[in-house]
Amino acid sequence: MPAHVPNAGLTRRDLLKRTGGLAALAAFTAACGGNTGRPSSGGGSGGDKVNLSQWYHQYGETGTQQAALKYAKAYTDANVTVQWTPGDYGAKLSSGLLSSKGPDVFESQLNIGMVKSNQVVALDDIMADVKDDFQPGDLATNTVDGKIYGIRMIVDPQVIYYRKSLLDKAGIKPPETLDDLIAAAKELTTNKVKGIFVGNDAGLAMGGPALWSSGGDRLTADHKPGFGTPRAAQAFGKLHQLYADKSILLGSPTDWTDPSALNQGLVAMQWIGMWAVPGMQKALGDDLGVIPFPKLDAQGKPAVYSGGWTQFVSAKSPNIDAAKKFVKWLWLDKQDFQEDWALNYGFHIPPRKSLAAKASKLQSGVAADTVKLTADYGHTDDPAWTPKMNTAYNDMLTNIVKKGADPAAEIANAEKTVNAELSRLFG
Amino acid sequence: MSAPAKTRTEPAGTGTRRGSRRRKQGIAGNALWFWVFVGPFVIGLLVFSYLPIIWSLILSFFEAYNTVTPSKFVGLQNYVDMLTDRNFLSSLGTFTIFAVFIVPLTFALSLLLALLVNQVKIARAFFRSVFFLPTACSYVVASLIWKLSIFNGVRFGLANTVLGWFGVDNIAWLSTVSPPWYWIPLITVRLWLQLGFYMILFIAGLQRISPTLYEAAYVDGAKPGWQVFRYITLPQLRATSVAVLILNLIAAYQAFDEFYNLIGNVNYARPPLVYLYGISLGQIQDLGHGSAGALILAAIIMIVTLLQSRLFGFGKAGD
Repeated sequence: MPAHVPNAGLTRRDLLKRTGGLAALAAFTAACGGNTGRPSSGGGSGGDKVNLSQWYHQYGETGTQQAALKYAKAYTDANVTVQWTPGDYGAKLSSGLLSSKGPDVFESQLNIGMVKSNQVVALDDIMADVKDDFQPGDLATNTVDGKIYGIRMIVDPQVIYYRKSLLDKAGIKPPETLDDLIAAAKELTTNKVKGIFVGNDAGLAMGGPALWSSGGDRLTADHKPGFGTPRAAQAFGKLHQLYADKSILLGSPTDWTDPSALNQGLVAMQWIGMWAVPGMQKALGDDLGVIPFPKLDAQGKPAVYSGGWTQFVSAKSPNIDAAKKFVKWLWLDKQDFQEDWALNYGFHIPPRKSLAAKASKLQSGVAADTVKLTADYGHTDDPAWTPKMNTAYNDMLTNIVKKGADPAAEIANAEKTVNAELSRLFG
Repeated sequence: MSAPAKTRTEPAGTGTRRGSRRRKQGIAGNALWFWVFVGPFVIGLLVFSYLPIIWSLILSFFEAYNTVTPSKFVGLQNYVDMLTDRNFLSSLGTFTIFAVFIVPLTFALSLLLALLVNQVKIARAFFRSVFFLPTACSYVVASLIWKLSIFNGVRFGLANTVLGWFGVDNIAWLSTVSPPWYWIPLITVRLWLQLGFYMILFIAGLQRISPTLYEAAYVDGAKPGWQVFRYITLPQLRATSVAVLILNLIAAYQAFDEFYNLIGNVNYARPPLVYLYGISLGQIQDLGHGSAGALILAAIIMIVTLLQSRLFGFGKAGD
């Protein structure tokens, strides 16, 4: 080889060896950087036990992370590590489920896309003996094609909590219709206090309840869009009125999931989940009342969004059986842990009927009222409703509520996306 | 080529061979160190840039929901869908509004800062550091400070407190669509974060201008101030100015952090990257459409950058 060639003396073999070495080094460093939540060694401190990674989003209530760690530590048949995720848990989970570095066990909400792309495993075998102890809605929200894919961990009703004293002072009765709510919010708004806080996005969280209060639903039972009715358009228009009246608080440092706005006296009413009841009671004592999302009109019906979290086993887990065994132990067998999780931090309704019946903390005050409202007016998610449909629905609501766009035209646009998704999923 | 004189004096068959071996060893050693230092970056570039681009190109012709494995060939359908998707087109509109504000403002203010700092006689390094320091701050952290402390919509936000002194009601800066107050936090946070960087580029450009040009201008009767700036400084900064404009526009296309952290994924202020993130890496996980959108965006950036370079004559002889 001529001497002027720069890599003279470096044979192809040398080059391959060296670049191979570098690649191995890069792979090694990449592996060191990958935090999957599993212990780094194969057996870990537990010898032959398998390693399981359990993913949670960040709960706002103090003590929940320690509780999750305590449960994981108490399990002796596997080494369970907990990954606690602040920020955008949904996006992180979605990416995690694409690879084998994702969780073995995770909490989420089911949609049919997860089943079709084989991300979760059916849990009918471990649910068989206890199925009847779950509410039908909590089973339905986790069932696709007759198979149950998740175990409901907690039920989180979302409703409107209000300061009794502020309503009494203004001579306002708890609103029963959407028009009552709009009028009350306007009446309660002063230069220091706004009528209601429904989120900094002006109330996307109420998109489902507003539709239910008009008698509609996101999807019909035969998988067609169910939000294209004039009454639904009317309900969405009312949400715009609430925004246009400037009766809602916008730009709060924390969002609707946190009770700070109500606790700090920035608003008289707030759309929020029952998880915040202990915090609100601590700040406001008995000065707290609760109503469901009001009915649209005399023909409508009040609505409560019965949200919550569900435990799943990843289909990509190398230890599916061990993961199922752990999930069964924690969310079906260990009733003391389930009760602790549902009642000792924030308030949540335990999904097991037997546990909910003896939950003494939920048998008085606004907690008891919320439980009753959930039983009477609760709606759970339809697993056929996918994130893509939800994005189109939220875009529609944003255009109607914030931009004052024509509801009928916006509904038609959202229906196009939803129909395209439905044809992809159901043919 | 004749051999070096030194080797010619050495006994035949010894020095020449030894020198050649040494040279070979030196070259081999150089090559080794070249790969030691460059190799990791080359591997990183291949693994984290080129492979994902190629994979994205492949995915863009397939249906790929909740998976990075191509599942069903759809040809150009993903591209057609994206180019007719009103949300994607609207995201390009959001970018355009953002760029219309941020590019000229950044250009003008960073040039102004550079001129001021360059003229300071004492503590020049201090001022340079002060203005450059925000560049080191994370976009996420700055966005959260803007959102929670300065531009929150309640009475204890800094901006609302100041307005309150003048009897102005609270403004929900990030949530009000009409008027679109959210542009003020979005633009000011980026200005704060990036002015210092472009200021340094301009200072470097200013320091390249020969003082003799200014002296000649003064001899010819040019007045200090606007006239000198207009006819000497600005033309001499042409290469730097074009670079700043191009970098700025590309950075505007890549806007993500401040939008995502200040406003979230809402359709009235959603730049292309936030929209594509929502489609492909957020909960939707539609990697086919997301890949097509990302490649369309990359193509737009390349075309606009090339046009911009051609328009301003960037890189031509004399720059």
